[in-house]
Amino acid sequence: MKRHLISTADLDLDDALLILDTAEEMAQVSTRAVKKLPTLRGRTVVNLFFEDSTRTRTSFEVAEKRLSADVINFSAKGSSVSKGETLKDTALTLQAMGADAVVIRHGASGAPKRLAESDWLHGSVVNAGDGTHEHPTQALLDAFTMRRHLNPGLGRDLDGRRITIVGDVLHSRVARSNVRLLHTLGAEVTLVAPPTLVPYGVESWPCAVSYDLDAVLPKSDAVMMLRVQRERMNAAFFPTQREYSLRYGLDAKRAAALPEHAIVMHPGPMVRGMEIASEIADSARSTIVEQVTNGVSIRMAVLYLLLGGSEPPLPSPAATLAGGASRHTALSTARPESRTTEEHSK
Amino acid sequence: MTSYLIKNARVLGGEPQDLRLKDGVIAEIGAGLAAADGDTVVQAEGLIALPGLVDLHTHLREPGREDAETVLTGTRAAARGGFTAVHAMANTFPVADTAGVVEQVWRLGRESGYCDVQPVGAVTIGLEGKQLAELGTMADSAASVRVFSDDGKCVDDAVIMRRALEYVKAFGGVIAQHAQEPRLTEGAQMNEGTVSGELGLRGWPAVAEESIIARDVLLAAHVGSRLHVCHVSTAGSVEIIRWAKSKGWDVTAEVTPHHLLLTDELVRSYDPVYKVNPPLRTEADVLALREALADGTIDAVATDHAPHPSEDKDCEWAAAAMGMVGLETALSVVQQTMVDTGLMGWADVAQRMSHRPAAISGINQAGPTGQGRPVSVDEPANLVLVDPAYRGAVNPDSFATRSRNTPYRGRDLPGRVVATFLRGRATVLDGELV
Repeated sequence: MKRHLISTADLDLDDALLILDTAEEMAQVSTRAVKKLPTLRGRTVVNLFFEDSTRTRTSFEVAEKRLSADVINFSAKGSSVSKGETLKDTALTLQAMGADAVVIRHGASGAPKRLAESDWLHGSVVNAGDGTHEHPTQALLDAFTMRRHLNPGLGRDLDGRRITIVGDVLHSRVARSNVRLLHTLGAEVTLVAPPTLVPYGVESWPCAVSYDLDAVLPKSDAVMMLRVQRERMNAAFFPTQREYSLRYGLDAKRAAALPEHAIVMHPGPMVRGMEIASEIADSARSTIVEQVTNGVSIRMAVLYLLLGGSEPPLPSPAATLAGGASRHTALSTARPESRTTEEHSK
Repeated sequence: MTSYLIKNARVLGGEPQDLRLKDGVIAEIGAGLAAADGDTVVQAEGLIALPGLVDLHTHLREPGREDAETVLTGTRAAARGGFTAVHAMANTFPVADTAGVVEQVWRLGRESGYCDVQPVGAVTIGLEGKQLAELGTMADSAASVRVFSDDGKCVDDAVIMRRALEYVKAFGGVIAQHAQEPRLTEGAQMNEGTVSGELGLRGWPAVAEESIIARDVLLAAHVGSRLHVCHVSTAGSVEIIRWAKSKGWDVTAEVTPHHLLLTDELVRSYDPVYKVNPPLRTEADVLALREALADGTIDAVATDHAPHPSEDKDCEWAAAAMGMVGLETALSVVQQTMVDTGLMGWADVAQRMSHRPAAISGINQAGPTGQGRPVSVDEPANLVLVDPAYRGAVNPDSFATRSRNTPYRGRDLPGRVVATFLRGRATVLDGELV
């Protein structure tokens, strides 16, 4: 991770903490009456969404606008994409229009990496969810939320915190991004799912796997419930919705087994009554709404660090995140423009 | 007709000898042959002479996808790769499931003049796996089809497969199966393993190949017919084929060059140039395939040359077509993986890339049109001269195939085809098409 954010695997501990700490400062902006910074004034950020996602797209858009970027929403529906235009041609079009960053959501795993490594587009690429691969900003906002509750303070990680991720791990980009990032931050991750929804080769992942939610909950500092789509039932991943809820759903009785300090998370959208009971989703230990708020701060931090958060002059645009401003002075060094036109046209 | 005197070629890697090619046959082999009137002398010091290579598995795309390849461009690529015969797969548009289509492909091959084109007929109408195509009519046609395959799709219905195996016994045919259990591979994007789990790409499990091969060797044994297994890609498949052969059953198998060299680790780039069916597997599979090719469990190397236009690869992984071009790099990959590693000698290469594949498809009969024949006097002068000392980066822009979807772009590979002779006529000289 230097110019793009494609996978949480690209973030080392310093990168991850820099983003989390920067997000803390961004969070302060969001509490002001005027929730706006001039950092990305004059920069163009395109939200390129090949899949519907009102939540994520809106979160990015709010973040971009709070940084004063020019925001273009490019959704596949109603555009030339639905007429058969390829990813390549869409990217070439955005490049010709001068996009400084592209936030991409795509149904195909690897599409953001392909975009970042092609010569179709020269701006920064932010992965807003690709297929069943990764959703790095979601993992960052989850980690941000966990840190606030479990180990608050700038510069702190999640060392030794026990995080349980429950549900359809096989199809979850959120789970993949979380496992990688939480491992980097020192947390101990346990995946809980029926064996049919655990990815092949999970033994090589830096986490534990359990099929028994009741055994894991008492040893969890945070439990993250993943959405389970009902259509998985028809593909024989589990027999019935009822049986899934009985074995892997988080209801009040199960939640009572959690330690008192433990939080309940969900990346949304939830299927109430399926993987999580309403009374738990709405309970005091639920951070579900808070996660949405934190999402804006994290996305502000990521865009800021990728596009505007470095001390000029830069040797190359590739240096931004790792070579960026020191952690606690990020805002004070913010500049509306830090790259030259020449660098853009590389 | 031009005659050639090849000086000091190492036939099958042996001691240097001279070969005179005249009137379409090898007229003389010996030391210190003198150039006769009209002989074109080819200096072949340090070069290996092999019988013209025979590919059992080539997609020439014509008719229907002439934007990817034509019979002419495909056979030119074949000649550059050292091939003197290729088997054109049936998944064209229209499908080669009638005498009319296979005769068209056969005729286009004859007109190209660069190598023999032996059409493969479809097993079922439209490759749909429902109703047998007119296998006997294709066999009796001018194309004399003996190899039948729905390649690209698996003949997954056990009854249809059984009937096909039985039916082709009447005319000495063989069913070449693309072993892929369809339900286990719905939407599959790459080998199911550690890498697919990390990349979030839907897996193509080894068991989907192995379960079909296991069923088919049992069916072939039950009805007493011949089965050929296309592009074997897993260590488990090798074990099943080894077992079937140990029973004395009439089962043969091929492996592609790319499955001898590349692994699914390359998919981490999400570059669709590595997208192929069957998918690239693991290091353990690659090593098992090399061992099986060396010990004869796998009979032949077949390219599965699968040209695609750039727009079908210049996209995201899931949208990309499966397949790689392979004719022009096959011998180099075999040299690197099998010869330079000490697993096989050049005589073995001749076996796996010429004699055996020709025998499997039955085009090795004695006579002027025989392929995969010994390098001996009075045999058809189908020869390839290889420079094993050459080493260089693969440059797709120099390819004769119409497509550029090679996984070896920029990769250093050993060996270079210097000359190819088809019945005594040079199709390639000094590495260039004639």
